[in-house]
Amino acid sequence: MCGIISVIDRKKNPMDGTAIREALSIMDERGNGEGAGYAVYGAFPEFADYYAIHVFYDDLIGPKTAVEEELDKVGTVKHDEEIPTFEQPNLKKRHIPWRYFFKPNVTALGTTASEEDILVYLMKKVNTTIPGALIYSTGKNIAIFKAAGWPEDVADFYRIQDYEGYIWLSHNRYPTNTAGWWGGAHPFNLLDWSVVHNGEITSYGTNKRYLESFGYVCTMHTDTEVVAYLTDLLQRQHKLPEELAFKALTPPFWDEIDIMPEKEREFNTALRMTYSPAMMNGPFAIVVASSEGIAGITDRIKLRPLVAAEKGDRLYLSSEEAAIRVMEPAPDRIWMPRAGEPVIGRVY
Amino acid sequence: MPIGSVPPKYKVEIDRDLCMLCERCIENCPYGTFRREGNKILIFSRACTGCHRCIAMCPRDAISLQEKPIDYRSHPVWSREAREAIYNQAQTGKIVLTGMGNALNVPQIFDRLLLDACQVTNPSIDPLREPMELRTYIGKKPRKLTIDKTPEGDIDLVTKLAPNLKCGTPIMIAHMSYGAISLNAQLSLARGAAEEKTFMGTGEGGLHQSLYPYQDNMIVQIASGRFGVDIDYLERGAAIEIKIGQGAKPGIGGHLPGEKVDEGVSKTRMIPPHSDAISPAPHHDIYSIEDLSQLVRSLKEATEWKKPVFVKIAAVHNVAAIAAGIARSSADAVVIDGFRGGTGTAPRVFRDHVGIPIEAAIAAVDAKLNEQGIRNEVSVIASGGIRDSADVTKAIALGADSVYIGTAALVSLGCRVCGSCYRGLCPWGIATQREDLTARIDPDIMYKNVSNLIHGWTLEISELMGAAGINSIESLRGNRDRLRGYMLDENILSVLDVKTVGADV
Repeated sequence: MCGIISVIDRKKNPMDGTAIREALSIMDERGNGEGAGYAVYGAFPEFADYYAIHVFYDDLIGPKTAVEEELDKVGTVKHDEEIPTFEQPNLKKRHIPWRYFFKPNVTALGTTASEEDILVYLMKKVNTTIPGALIYSTGKNIAIFKAAGWPEDVADFYRIQDYEGYIWLSHNRYPTNTAGWWGGAHPFNLLDWSVVHNGEITSYGTNKRYLESFGYVCTMHTDTEVVAYLTDLLQRQHKLPEELAFKALTPPFWDEIDIMPEKEREFNTALRMTYSPAMMNGPFAIVVASSEGIAGITDRIKLRPLVAAEKGDRLYLSSEEAAIRVMEPAPDRIWMPRAGEPVIGRVY
Repeated sequence: MPIGSVPPKYKVEIDRDLCMLCERCIENCPYGTFRREGNKILIFSRACTGCHRCIAMCPRDAISLQEKPIDYRSHPVWSREAREAIYNQAQTGKIVLTGMGNALNVPQIFDRLLLDACQVTNPSIDPLREPMELRTYIGKKPRKLTIDKTPEGDIDLVTKLAPNLKCGTPIMIAHMSYGAISLNAQLSLARGAAEEKTFMGTGEGGLHQSLYPYQDNMIVQIASGRFGVDIDYLERGAAIEIKIGQGAKPGIGGHLPGEKVDEGVSKTRMIPPHSDAISPAPHHDIYSIEDLSQLVRSLKEATEWKKPVFVKIAAVHNVAAIAAGIARSSADAVVIDGFRGGTGTAPRVFRDHVGIPIEAAIAAVDAKLNEQGIRNEVSVIASGGIRDSADVTKAIALGADSVYIGTAALVSLGCRVCGSCYRGLCPWGIATQREDLTARIDPDIMYKNVSNLIHGWTLEISELMGAAGINSIESLRGNRDRLRGYMLDENILSVLDVKTVGADV
């Protein structure tokens, strides 16, 4: 099942984690206590220019040294710390979460590379070659908090009320394929992108192969990561505007395209033909965030719920209206987005 | 030295109590199996090819047919076919000819691949209630779209799309030439394909003018003999296909015997009547990949870059690298033909022993193109041994964009896969030019068999997709996660990049 809720304050006014904890917890029915997580944008104003690399260590003996050696090879760590955690009776600490504020050295590899390329390289290197270490977030000014447990326990484990940001994403999980694995909990992050996802992507194999042809490597053993990579490919690399990038992922049906006015028809046909392997199928409701805003998308026949609401500068996206009303009892507007139609909330 | 006769392949019998002496069997068998003497139909079983025409036409079900009534002493190594090829060659000193596709009892990889369906965690989609999209565009796709935002906020498309074939279903009909098959068979196939908004290939036999009404659904072929090719031919086709090789006989050319070259065939192929039409093994202007690239571009130039150009190759050992070369030649699609592909005539040793199965070829080509980052820029069409909608679905899940069906389409016209196409006496009116035989196919009626077949398969593919929770064929393409291998060894599984049954996601 899974439950999601996210919020953006378009004026970038900070919100702490108290309200989203309450909202996600009201959807406990949608999870089973085996995974929950939160992402917050604007979490590290003092290190805003550094990539906040989050790592789960299985222990502090072997993997940590190995990861730090890799970090030193391709950049500089400005500051690092164990992410503060607080024992909870119902949550077993299986990993040690660590964060590094990191500045990549674009000349380190010797090939033409951007800062993002170095981060992608690092993530691939660590996640595929260093057992006992998993990089699960690499964004600037973004914090991710996730673990195997109920939403309220995970929130208290990290004390998310101590963090503030202008975007919050959260997810309550009912895992089927990677039960109990912290790495399998959402949100997923890649650079500036974070994703929470309710559902399954039946086109995963096709999407994954397409991403591989552009050099992406899927390492998280879950279908959700393709959303982050596809978004990165279409928006960052192919420079498609946000609306079009999401349209490519859940395009209109041919029957709809065929009756569009000529220019629109040509455009949609080209978009679908060019990006057919990026099209996502299956039951899903997804919220994708970047530092620029959030977007909610559902599959083309909306087999998973998504509700949107607005109040002043804030946009809410959630699996359930009840969760939104926990955070905002009197929204200006609340609605059910149409299948496949993205709802976008951008910072001003 | 005569070695006597080999045991008959078939024994035909007539139940005299049922037979009403209507002589339909005599009329229908062009091989001379039946004749009448007095009040009795006499049978010469040795003439029988097992084509079932007599059985299909007997109004009383009086005819029965037994295969291998007398077999050789059984032997695990010396099969009947091995021994008979030797008897044949001992007497003729020639190459043994056969028809149809590979007849060796080799495992069908398709049968050992299983499809997926949704249960609980994701809902299956009911094609009767929800849209199900099988539309397939065959041709070049841009790597990315470039757009321009106008000052008014409008979005303009900068990228120009290359011409593509828009198919209503991922099933097309393979190239079978007029000459190899009859005009009536071609007409039935063409009209059936047009009816289902898909395409069919002309083969290397030109385009007879009675097919002009269907030209928008025809792919015109250029093979090494260049038969029937002129600018008019190129301009009429919806797409152009350069045939380098064919799965049934990779590496060799073709031979249409002079007796099949009647006036119609001669005009359409642009060769003298009754002359042998010999297609050489290589194209005499293609001795390397750069020559191919020149031909692709010349054809595009000649048709003002308005038509997609495909290149067809047989699935040989190095198929992936060859396909990658073709993909870079400006070609819009690569056609790969597996070693089970059919043909009118092929030497037995080629048909049964040269090339690789289409399943492995699709996987290898798709993987190579993907690795080189160009998979999505060209289409891959698979052919050779596709028997039903499950094979089509599996071929697409392995990485094909669409398939060509040859034998299956002929079977829809009545063909019983007797494998005697090379004799030119096809009792079903398909692989023959003899007028009394070709008249057995009325295209106005038989086209419906072809369109029914494509329609039925398309419905089945929709159901299979819906069960897998997929509502667009694009999301099935290369989706090897939705396949599992059953009783396939590790090496094949790794080439196919498919997990074994029971494996986790």
